[in-house]
Amino acid sequence: MDVILLQLLNGLDKGGAYALIALGLTIIFGTLGVVNFAHGALFMLGAFCAVSVQALLTISKKVKDESIKFFDAYKEIPYLEAWWGDTGATIIDYAVPISILIAIPLMLLIGLGMERGLIRYFYKRPHAEQILVTFGLAIVVQELIKAQFGANPIPTPAPEVIAGSANVGLWVGLGESVVYPWWRLIYLAFAGVVIALAFAFLNLTTYGMVVRAGMADRETVGLLGINIQRRFTIVFGMAAVIAGLAGVMYTPILPPDYHMGMDFLVLSFVVVVVGGMGSLGGAVLAGFMLGILQSFASMNEVKSILPGIDQIIIYLIAVVILLVRPRGLLGRKGVMES
Amino acid sequence: MMFAGLSRNDKLLFAGFTIAALAMPLLAWPVGANYPDLLQKFAIYGIFAIGFNILFGLTGYLSFGHAAFLGVGSYAAVWMFKGVTMNVIPAVIFGVMVSGMFAALIGFVSLRRSGIYFSILTLAFAQMSYNLAYSVLTPITNGETGLQLRQDDARILDRMFVEQSEGLPSTNLFGLEMSGYPGFYFCCVLLIIAFFIALRIQRSPFGMMLRAIKTNQVRMNYTGFNTRPYALTAFIISGMYAGLAGSLLAVTDPLAGAERMQWTASGEVVLMTILGGAGTLVGPILGAGLIKYFENIFSSYNDGLLAESFSFLPDFLNDALVFVIGPFVGEGWSLLLGIVFMAIVIFLPGGLMEGLARIHGWYRRRGQGDAGRNVAKQAAE
Repeated sequence: MDVILLQLLNGLDKGGAYALIALGLTIIFGTLGVVNFAHGALFMLGAFCAVSVQALLTISKKVKDESIKFFDAYKEIPYLEAWWGDTGATIIDYAVPISILIAIPLMLLIGLGMERGLIRYFYKRPHAEQILVTFGLAIVVQELIKAQFGANPIPTPAPEVIAGSANVGLWVGLGESVVYPWWRLIYLAFAGVVIALAFAFLNLTTYGMVVRAGMADRETVGLLGINIQRRFTIVFGMAAVIAGLAGVMYTPILPPDYHMGMDFLVLSFVVVVVGGMGSLGGAVLAGFMLGILQSFASMNEVKSILPGIDQIIIYLIAVVILLVRPRGLLGRKGVMES
Repeated sequence: MMFAGLSRNDKLLFAGFTIAALAMPLLAWPVGANYPDLLQKFAIYGIFAIGFNILFGLTGYLSFGHAAFLGVGSYAAVWMFKGVTMNVIPAVIFGVMVSGMFAALIGFVSLRRSGIYFSILTLAFAQMSYNLAYSVLTPITNGETGLQLRQDDARILDRMFVEQSEGLPSTNLFGLEMSGYPGFYFCCVLLIIAFFIALRIQRSPFGMMLRAIKTNQVRMNYTGFNTRPYALTAFIISGMYAGLAGSLLAVTDPLAGAERMQWTASGEVVLMTILGGAGTLVGPILGAGLIKYFENIFSSYNDGLLAESFSFLPDFLNDALVFVIGPFVGEGWSLLLGIVFMAIVIFLPGGLMEGLARIHGWYRRRGQGDAGRNVAKQAAE
C-alpha cells in the first residue's frame, strides 16, 4: 500500500510536468494548427529564468574572511546579504518563487515574439516544414543557452523552509512510512492550479469562448469581425507562459541543463498524441495517466516480470493508441485522424 | 543492360558522380579535407542521406527515427566481426539485412499512419530502441560502454583459416586493411552503387509511384492503388541504406554505441537532406558532405586559433571579430548549424539544390533578356 501511494505521487508529479507542456503544445496546435517542436525549448527557457534570477540575486563581492587568521583569505558574499543581512539571505533563498513573477512577463514576451517573428509565416506551410523550422529553432535556443550557461546542470534549490519532506502517510492514515518532498507536492498543486486557470480562461471567459470558436471555425469567426489572429497570438504567448512556469517550478526537482527541453519534448509530444491532437482535456488526462503508468512501470516488482518496461512503456502506449484509436483518447472525430 | 532505360542526362549524371566520388581526395584537397577519416564520413553519411531521401524526399514520409537503423546496422556488423570473421563483406551484408528486417517490422506498424503521426511513431520506436539498447539489451549492446572487439572473441572463420596475431585484429577486405584510403575507397564504391540504385529507383515506375504517394495519396487510393506496399518497400530500402551506413561506420571503426540511435542523430540526417535538397539525387549527398565538413572545421576552432587566423588585422578589429565569430565555432558549431538550417527551411525549402536551380534560372533568363533586348535594338536600327 505504501509503495503504491508513493508511486502514485511520483507519477502524478511527473504527469504534472508532462501535462503542463502537453497542454501548451496542444493549445498551439488547436489554435494555430502549428506543430511546435520548439516547445521543449520554452520549458527549458523557463527553467533558465530561475537560474538567471538566482545568479542575479547572488552577484557577490569579495570580502576578507575574518575567521581565518593564518593568511589572507577571501570569501564571496552576495551584495544582497551584505546590504540587508538576513533579509537579503532570505530573498536569495526564495530565488525560485521570485523567478515565477519574472518568468510570466518574460515568457509572454518570448512567446509573442516567436509567434510574430517566425511561426506566423508557417501557418500555410506543410506540417513537415513546421516541424523542421521549429526543430531548428529549438537547436538554436538550446545552443545559445549552452553557450551562456555551460553544459553542466545548475542546481537551483527550493527555499529552505520547504526543503524537507512531508509526512504524507500520516495524512491518509498509513503511518509514518510514507514521506514525500514538500516541493514535489507543491509542484503537483501548482500544476493543478495552472491547468485549472487555463481551463477557466478558455471555458469561462468571453475571450476564451471566442478563442474556442476560432479553434472550431476560424474563418467564420474572422468574418464576424473579430481579429482572431491577434487572439491566437496571445494564446500562443499563454502557452509559452505555461511551459515556462512548468520549467521554473521544475528546477528544484531536476537541476536544469541545456538539453532538458529536448528530453521533455519527445515525451510531451507522445502525451499530446495519446490525448488527441488539439484536445486540452486529453493532454491533461494523458499527461497524468502516462506519468503514473511510467512510475508504476519503474517499480522493481514490475521490472522483474517485464525487464525494461519502464524505459518504453510510454512509447509502447503511444504506438498502441495511434494504431487503435488514432484521434487519441479525447480527440475530436475527424481531427488529424489519417 | 545496366544502363538500359536511363536517359542521356542520367548517364552523364552518373558518370560525373562516379568520377567526382572517386576523385574526392583530390577535390577535397584545396579545402583541406583530404584525410581519409573525414572522406570516409562523407561517403558513409552520403549513403545514409541518400537512403533517407528515398523515404522523405520521394515518398514524403518524414521519419524522425532513422538513426535506429543506423545503430542496428552498426551493432549487427560488430557482432559479425566478433563472431565470424574480420572480413568486411559478411559484416556489411549482415548489417544491411538485419536493419532491413528491423525496418520491415517498424515500417509495417508506422506506415499505418501518415503525416505528423508517422513522424511521432518512428520517433517513438527509435527512442524505444535507444532506451532498450541502454538498459535491458545490455548483453547484446554492451550498454553505455558500447560494443567493442575483444581479444578473446570467437571469430570462427578467422581462427580456422588465418593465423592469429597478437593484439586486436583490424577489419579487412580479404587481407586489405580497412583503414585510411583503402577504407575510404571501399565506402566510396558502395556510395557509388548506392547512388546508382537510388537513381534507378527514382527513374523507375516504382519511383513514380512513390512520388505519386507524396503528391496525393488520397487520390492514389481512390484510383484503386494500394499504396501501402509501395511505401513499405521504400521504408525498408531506406532502412537498409541506413543499415549499410551503420555497418560501414563499424567497418572503419569497429565499435557501436547506443548514442548513434538517439533522436538527435535522426535529426542530423534530416538536416543533411533538407540542407542539400530533399527529393533531389545529389542534394542529400551534398548536404551530408557539407555538414560533416563544416562540423570538422568549425568544431576544431577555438578563440585562440581564431585570434591567430585574424592576427593580420588591427587588435581591436581582431577582438571584435573573435567576439562575434567565437560563439559559432568549437562547441558552438551546432548553433551555426541550427541557424543555417532555419534559414534554409524559411527561405529555400528546396535546399541548396533549389538555390542552384534558381541561380541557374536567373542567369538563363538574364541571358535571354539580353538577347531579346539586342534583337529589339537591331530592329530599331
